[in-house]
Amino acid sequence: MSDDKTVSTPDTSGSTLTQGTTSDGEVLLKVTGLQKHFPIRKGLLQRQTGAVRAVDGIDFEVRKGETLGVVGESGCGKSTMGRLITRLLEPTGGQVEFEGQDITHLKTGELRPMRRDVQMIFQDPYSSLNPRHTIGTIVGAPFRLQGVNPEGGVKKEVQRLLSVVGLNPEHYNRYPHEFSGGQRQRIGIARALALNPKLVVADEPVSALDVSIQAQVVNLLDDLQEELGLTYVIIAHDLSVVRHVSDRIAVMYLGKIVELADRDKLYKSPMHPYSKALLSAVPIPDPKRRGVKSERILLKGDVPSPIAPPSGCRFHTRCWKATEICKTTEPPLKELRAGQQVACHHPENFEDQQPQDTKLLSSAKEIVSEPVEK
Amino acid sequence: MSKLDKAALGEPDSTAPSVPDDVFLSVRDLRIHFDTDDGLVKSVDGVSFDVRKGKTLGIVGESGSGKSVTSLGVMGLHRSARAKVSGEVWLDGQELIGADPDVVRRLRGRKMAMIFQDPLSAMHPYYSVGHQIVEAYRVHHDVSKKAAKQRAIEMLDRVGIPEPAKRVDGYPHEFSGGMRQRAMIAMSLVNNPELLIADEPTTALDVTVQAQILDLIRDLQKEFGSAVIMITHDLGVVAEMADDLLVMYGGRCVERGPAEDVFSEPRHPYTWGLLGSMPRLDREETDRLIPIKGAPPSLINLPSGCAFHPRCPYADIPKDNVTRTVRPELTEVGGSHWAACHMTQEQRERIWTEEIAPKL
Ligand SMILES: Nc1ncnc2c1ncn2[C@@H]1O[C@H](COP(=O)(O)OP(=O)(O)OP(=O)(O)O)[C@@H](O)[C@H]1O
Ligand SMILES: Nc1ncnc2c1ncn2[C@@H]1O[C@H](COP(=O)(O)OP(=O)(O)OP(=O)(O)O)[C@@H](O)[C@H]1O
Ligand code: SF4
Ligand code: SF4
Ligand SMILES: [Mg+2]
Ligand SMILES: [Mg+2]
Repeated sequence: MSDDKTVSTPDTSGSTLTQGTTSDGEVLLKVTGLQKHFPIRKGLLQRQTGAVRAVDGIDFEVRKGETLGVVGESGCGKSTMGRLITRLLEPTGGQVEFEGQDITHLKTGELRPMRRDVQMIFQDPYSSLNPRHTIGTIVGAPFRLQGVNPEGGVKKEVQRLLSVVGLNPEHYNRYPHEFSGGQRQRIGIARALALNPKLVVADEPVSALDVSIQAQVVNLLDDLQEELGLTYVIIAHDLSVVRHVSDRIAVMYLGKIVELADRDKLYKSPMHPYSKALLSAVPIPDPKRRGVKSERILLKGDVPSPIAPPSGCRFHTRCWKATEICKTTEPPLKELRAGQQVACHHPENFEDQQPQDTKLLSSAKEIVSEPVEK
Repeated sequence: MSKLDKAALGEPDSTAPSVPDDVFLSVRDLRIHFDTDDGLVKSVDGVSFDVRKGKTLGIVGESGSGKSVTSLGVMGLHRSARAKVSGEVWLDGQELIGADPDVVRRLRGRKMAMIFQDPLSAMHPYYSVGHQIVEAYRVHHDVSKKAAKQRAIEMLDRVGIPEPAKRVDGYPHEFSGGMRQRAMIAMSLVNNPELLIADEPTTALDVTVQAQILDLIRDLQKEFGSAVIMITHDLGVVAEMADDLLVMYGGRCVERGPAEDVFSEPRHPYTWGLLGSMPRLDREETDRLIPIKGAPPSLINLPSGCAFHPRCPYADIPKDNVTRTVRPELTEVGGSHWAACHMTQEQRERIWTEEIAPKL
C-alpha cells in the first residue's frame, strides 16, 4: 500500500496477457478466463430460460504483498468475482490458482486448508453474522474451526481484535442486531483478520464507517500488510479510498475488466472511456462548489443488463467515442503503456488503436450532441 | 432558522414545541436507552433538531454515535421491551412518542418513510422484490395488483435497475449489494413520503448511480416539498445535499448549523477531527490517513464532562479542568450555528484558523 512498492514494480504490473514472467513479486493468486453465469429459471418446471452473466471472462494476477483495488458500476460483478476467488462460489468457467494450486473446482473438504489463508470481508455485514451468536462467539469461531489456540486464550485474542477495530470490551456479549451498521462491518473485519490470513478479499470494507474510523481501519490494514506481508483485493466504490489503499486497480464493466492499471496511471490518465467517466463523477466535499459540476461526465443511456450484454465492446451503448468496430469486435485487454492494460479501440490519453474507423455510431453522436461535459 | 426556532433549540428541555410554520419535523430532547446485561446503553441522550419542509438536514458523526437509533426512534420502530424512549417527536403538528403505536404505524410509508442502512434486514428474503414494493404501495393506495406492479417497475427503473420488468420478479439475494439498496430506495419512495429519512442511502452505490439517487431525492423535494434527513459518512454527499448539518458524538449533538457554516467554520474539535481524517481526491494523497486518536467512547460509561475529552487535543485549554467535570451544552457560535465545547469563541477561532484549516 505504500508508495515505494508501486514505484519498485513500475514495468511489471499486470502482464497477465503476456504471461507475467518479469514480475518480481511472487504471484499469489492467478485468475484466467474466469466466468460465473447464474441460471434464470422460469415456470413450474424451473426450466432455464437464460443466464445472468455476472462475471464473463476475466484475467488478472495478484502478487504477494500488494493491494489490488476493484471498482466499477453497481451490479458489474465485483462481489461475484470476490466470492469466486475465495471459492465461496464455484466458477462456471475459467481457472483460479492460489499459491500455484488450481482451486477452481475443489470440494468443500478439500478447500478447508485454504479457508484459513483466504478470508473475505462481506459487503453485507448483517447477513454474514449469525444473529443467534454473540460477537465474542462469532469472532472466536475461526480459532475453534481451525483448531488454533492463540497465546493467552481465545477470549483475550478476540478482545484484542475487537479493540484494534475500535470496538469496546462491553461489546463482547452482545448480539449482531444490537450494533450499529459500522460496528457490524468492523466485526466482519475482526473476524477476517483473526487467523492472519495470506489473502483478504474485502468487499466494501469501510463503506459504513465514518472517515475517522475508516482511516483507523485503513491504517490497520496497511500495518498488517507491512508486518505480515498480507495481500488484499479491495472492492470499493469510494474512489478516494481506493486510491489511497491500492497499488493497482481493476476497473470492471458488466462482467469484464476494462482497465487494469497502476494506481497513479489510472488516476492521472485513465485510458478507458468508462474509467474516465467514473473518475469524473466523484462529489467533492465542499459546499461552496455545490452545483458546480463542470467536469462531471454523466453517462447517458440505460445500464445494459448482464443477461444480454451488448455485442462487441460492452460499453458501446453508452460510449461517446463508439464507432462501428466497437459494435462488432470486442477489444482485447492489452498493455498499451507499461503498467496499464486497457480494452478499448479508441482509448483516452493514448493513440487510437483503430484510427481507420472514424464514423461515430449514431448513439455516440447523440451523447456528444448533448454535451458530455455538463 | 428563525429566532423562535433557535430559542426552542437552545433549551433542550423546553416542552412547548414553539416552531415556525415551515418546520415539518421537530425533535426535542430525544433519549433512547437500551437495557443490556452489561448495563444501560445510552445510545441517544438528549438530541433536539428541526427539519424544514423541502429542506435537507444532514446528520454526520462517529460510527455508533446514535444516528440510526435516532431515526428509528422518529419512525417509532423501537418496539423491544429493552428500549426506553423519551422526549418528543412532532411530525407535522402531531406528537409521536406518546401516541398509540397503531397511529404511528399508519403514518409510516406515506407521511414518513425510511431508507434503512441495512437493505437485507429491511427486505424479506422469501418474497420477490416486486412483491414487496407492491405491498408497500397498496397499503396507501387502493389500486389493483397489476397497477401496483406497474408502479413498482416504474420505481425500479427510476433507481436505475436495468431491465426492471424482468428484475421485478427477482429475489433480494439475486440482486447485487447496490441493486438491493436501490430496490429498498424504490420501496421507500413509492408513496412519495412527506418526510424521508435516508440512512446511508448510497454506501453501496458507485458515483454515477449515487448521483442519480441524489437527483431522485431532490425531485421528491421539489415535487412534493418533502423534508429529508440524510445520514451519511460521505461528506461529499452532505456537502452536496444538506441545507443544515448536525454532528453527533456519543449519543449527543456536538455541533449544528447551516451546512455551509459548519463546513467552512466548524467550531467543535470532533468536527475538526472528522474533516482531518478524510481522504480526498481533489488533493494530493498523503501517506497515512490521520484518524482521531483513541477509541470511540463506551455508551454505558460515557466519559464524564465532555464525552470527547479523552480524545480531544484541546481538553486542557478550558480552565479548572471543567472539560472533565461539566458537560458542555450547545451554545450559539454564529447565526444559527451551535456547538458544545468549553473553549471560548476566540480560542476556537484561533485554533481553527491557525492550526486546523491550513492542514486540511
Ligand atoms: N445468486 C444470484 N442469482 C442470480 N443473479 C445473481 C446472483 N448473485 C448475483 N447476481 C447478479 O449478478 C450481477 C453481478 O452481481 P454482483 O453482486 O457481483 O455485483 P457487484 O459488482 O458486487 O455490485 P454492487 O456494487 O452493487 O455490490 C448482478 O446483476 C446480480 O443481480
Ligand atoms: N438494541 C440495542 N441494544 C444495545 N445497544 C444498541 C442497540 N442498538 C444500537 N445500540 C448501540 O447504540 C449505539 C448507536 O447505534 P446507531 O445504530 O444509532 O449508530 P450509528 O450512529 O447509526 O452508527 P453507524 O454509523 O455505524 O451506523 C451504538 O453504539 C450501538 O452499539
Ligand atoms: S471500444 Fe469503443 S465503445 Fe468501447 S470504450 Fe472504446 S471507444 Fe468506447
Ligand atoms: S469541551 Fe473540552 S474536551 Fe470537549 S471538545 Fe471542547 S475542548 Fe475538547
Ligand atoms: Mg457487491
Ligand atoms: Mg447507522
